[in-house]
Amino acid sequence: MQELIVRAKELLEKGEVARVLGWKKGEQEYDAEPAFFETAESLDNFVYNGFCGANLSKYMIEAGKKEGKTLVFLKPCDSYSYNQLLREHRVDREKAYIIGVGCKGKLAISKIPFDGILKVSGAQYPDAQEILTVETLYGTETIPYKDAMLERCHVCKGKDHVVYDELLGESADTVDADRFAEVERIEKMSPEEKFAYFQSELSKCIRCNACRNVCPACSCRKCVFDSTAFDSEQKANTTSFEEKMFHIIRAFHVAGRCTDCGECSRVCPQGIPLHLFNRKFIKDINALYGEYQAGSDLECPAPLTSFTTTDAEPGVGRG
Amino acid sequence: MYKISKENLNALYAAIAGGNDLFLPVKNAGQTNFGLWTESADVDIDTLKTVKSAKDIFFPQSESLYQVRRQDGKLEIQGEALREKPFVVFGIRGCDVKGMEVLDKVFLSDPVDGYYAARRQMGTIVSLACGRPETSCFCKVFGVDCAEPAGDVVTWLVGDTLYWEAKTKKGEALTEKLGNLLEKADTADVEKEKEKIHAIVERLPYSNLSLEKWGAAAADQNFDSPLWEQLYSPCLACGTCTFVCPTCQCYDIKDYTTSSGVQRYRCWDSCMYSDFTMMAHGNNRTSQMQRFRQRFMHKLAYFPANNNGMFSCVGCGRCVDKCPSHLNIVKVIKAFEKEGQ
Amino acid sequence: MPVTENWKPTIVAFCCNWCSYAGADLAGSSRLAYPADVKIIKVPCSCRVNPMFILRAFEKGADGVILCGCHPGDCHYSTGNYYARRRMTLLFSMLDYLGVEEGRTRVEWVSAAEGVKFSETMNSFVEKVRALGPNVRLGDLRCKN
Repeated sequence: MQELIVRAKELLEKGEVARVLGWKKGEQEYDAEPAFFETAESLDNFVYNGFCGANLSKYMIEAGKKEGKTLVFLKPCDSYSYNQLLREHRVDREKAYIIGVGCKGKLAISKIPFDGILKVSGAQYPDAQEILTVETLYGTETIPYKDAMLERCHVCKGKDHVVYDELLGESADTVDADRFAEVERIEKMSPEEKFAYFQSELSKCIRCNACRNVCPACSCRKCVFDSTAFDSEQKANTTSFEEKMFHIIRAFHVAGRCTDCGECSRVCPQGIPLHLFNRKFIKDINALYGEYQAGSDLECPAPLTSFTTTDAEPGVGRG
Repeated sequence: MYKISKENLNALYAAIAGGNDLFLPVKNAGQTNFGLWTESADVDIDTLKTVKSAKDIFFPQSESLYQVRRQDGKLEIQGEALREKPFVVFGIRGCDVKGMEVLDKVFLSDPVDGYYAARRQMGTIVSLACGRPETSCFCKVFGVDCAEPAGDVVTWLVGDTLYWEAKTKKGEALTEKLGNLLEKADTADVEKEKEKIHAIVERLPYSNLSLEKWGAAAADQNFDSPLWEQLYSPCLACGTCTFVCPTCQCYDIKDYTTSSGVQRYRCWDSCMYSDFTMMAHGNNRTSQMQRFRQRFMHKLAYFPANNNGMFSCVGCGRCVDKCPSHLNIVKVIKAFEKEGQ
Repeated sequence: MPVTENWKPTIVAFCCNWCSYAGADLAGSSRLAYPADVKIIKVPCSCRVNPMFILRAFEKGADGVILCGCHPGDCHYSTGNYYARRRMTLLFSMLDYLGVEEGRTRVEWVSAAEGVKFSETMNSFVEKVRALGPNVRLGDLRCKN
């Protein structure tokens, strides 16, 4: 972590960048927040540890409107989101200095199932421990690092950054699950079971829009669900239809552009596995139109803005 | 004081319900929220904080106000009936009960909100003391004693026994209805439990936040602080904090076109949203900084200014746990505290 | 809604202006029968159909939704139906994933000369949806009022 601070200070002091976008120490070590740093002194509050899950690429849309270059720290998976934004002309590469930072899997405090957590040791970067020691109000507990990891890290896209100016730090291989296993499990259910499963998950939705607002692919200035001019504005969960409408349309709108960064599932206050919508589309796209990873490159045609004359006909069971 | 063993709680729920609605923390798809009790409900009173507060029961996230139907060339308007059936809410924590007090100030002062008032009148609150307060709790700051919450009935879960004490007439009526299910108990265990809870509360990291910089006077003093600009920047403008909050009370009114007319309903709104209180002239708060500031100023300055110093935060800590960017009211209070030093 | 012997599904058919709507017209002028409960909505091109249209149709009470457009290669705007094909493939697969049976959604290419195909398609689609019964999974209860 120290090397990141040193490098950021250096670039700030040399005037190569006007500000730094990173993570700021919170009240606890597990509540670091995304933050802009404008002075070398303020960087003393910079932090990078296992709890810095937030994907900073979307903040670069706003950063691009500011004067001068912004230094941003991107983890390997965040770099896919940045690349996708670049492809969509939502960020200005000229105004970004990207340090690809190593990642050894990110943690979710909600996955540490102990009451009254005061301190978590073993989550520091780069020397993360295999076992986290958790001091709580009610005693000391331990949990394997892997068990506290975000779902997305179990199906990590890899250790490579797809866009960067320089790299700092090492990444670790954290994959221990099949990315599409859960989607396949649901696909095999009967219609009644599928419906019951999603109804139960989506009935928890409180329409807070956190999934949408955190999503780097959801970068519309005016979302269709916020538009008073269009009848799709739905603030209420008056009927169960509205949750389905919102989540299907949102997933569809990012289909072919979603890099599967997993931020939607990370932020959902009700723990809805929202990535299962996006992954269903990704799985179908891979099966029908060839393997495609959004954000991996800037050139190859995107699945929903291109076609071939021999595409499969609509009909479930082919995908 | 009465008691009942934990294994008999299902019989207790059935008796409390006894033909009426009983709301209590129910687990669904891995998360606990207040829900209606049924034989098959997965009741979960061990989880300290439901994701949404109990506010939902008295002021639902969305509720129909009236329907307009077109029939034979005429319009027929049918208002939604007010709650007439009594119901019980079991397992509300002290902070949420205090949250009801805040909502009462808003909805029960003139002009009284009939829908809310009816529910308040029909509802009996059975609160539950917090045996294991969480790191994010800071109810003590707002004068809540989580070891002895308010409510019509107060309960304590000590080991495998639930202790029960009626505090109001409504509470006594409910206790009477339960008859033999409850047995008499002495207060020794509960007193010990309270001491234990108080000792934990003292160790909570946010228990001693200072509210010195807040209150009615803060409306002028803190409004133009440069701190807001620094504090708000990671805010995603989502409504998580407002929707999990037990005291946020802003709502929007909307019409829905049905096949035969219009349904008018109201639903929670969030001051974090760009279209919040949107009017013909555009928007009265045009930047996210202003929206962010509004939420905290409302809780810590404007509300006390209008309500004899009562804050509209109760320290439940839900926003602390749930904010996707880890922003929260604790960080705001602390930032202003440091500023003066 | 109770399912009775006489229950008839409500079907929404989005038809493109250039081929399928003309196909439906031909079916009509040729006196070919198709169920009266098929509500046709004319769109400029099959690719005008936004996924929200499909969901709205279900919301407002459709039991099945079908999209008809020009045959691949024959689009009046050259390529619209190719894009529509990909979109609907993914959307219908998603609906199936959520438990909205695949039989309730369909895409069919119908040219202006295919009045018979239009009528046959509608008849077979209505039968299929009939067998599935009323749509209760994507409707909005308020629309039943």
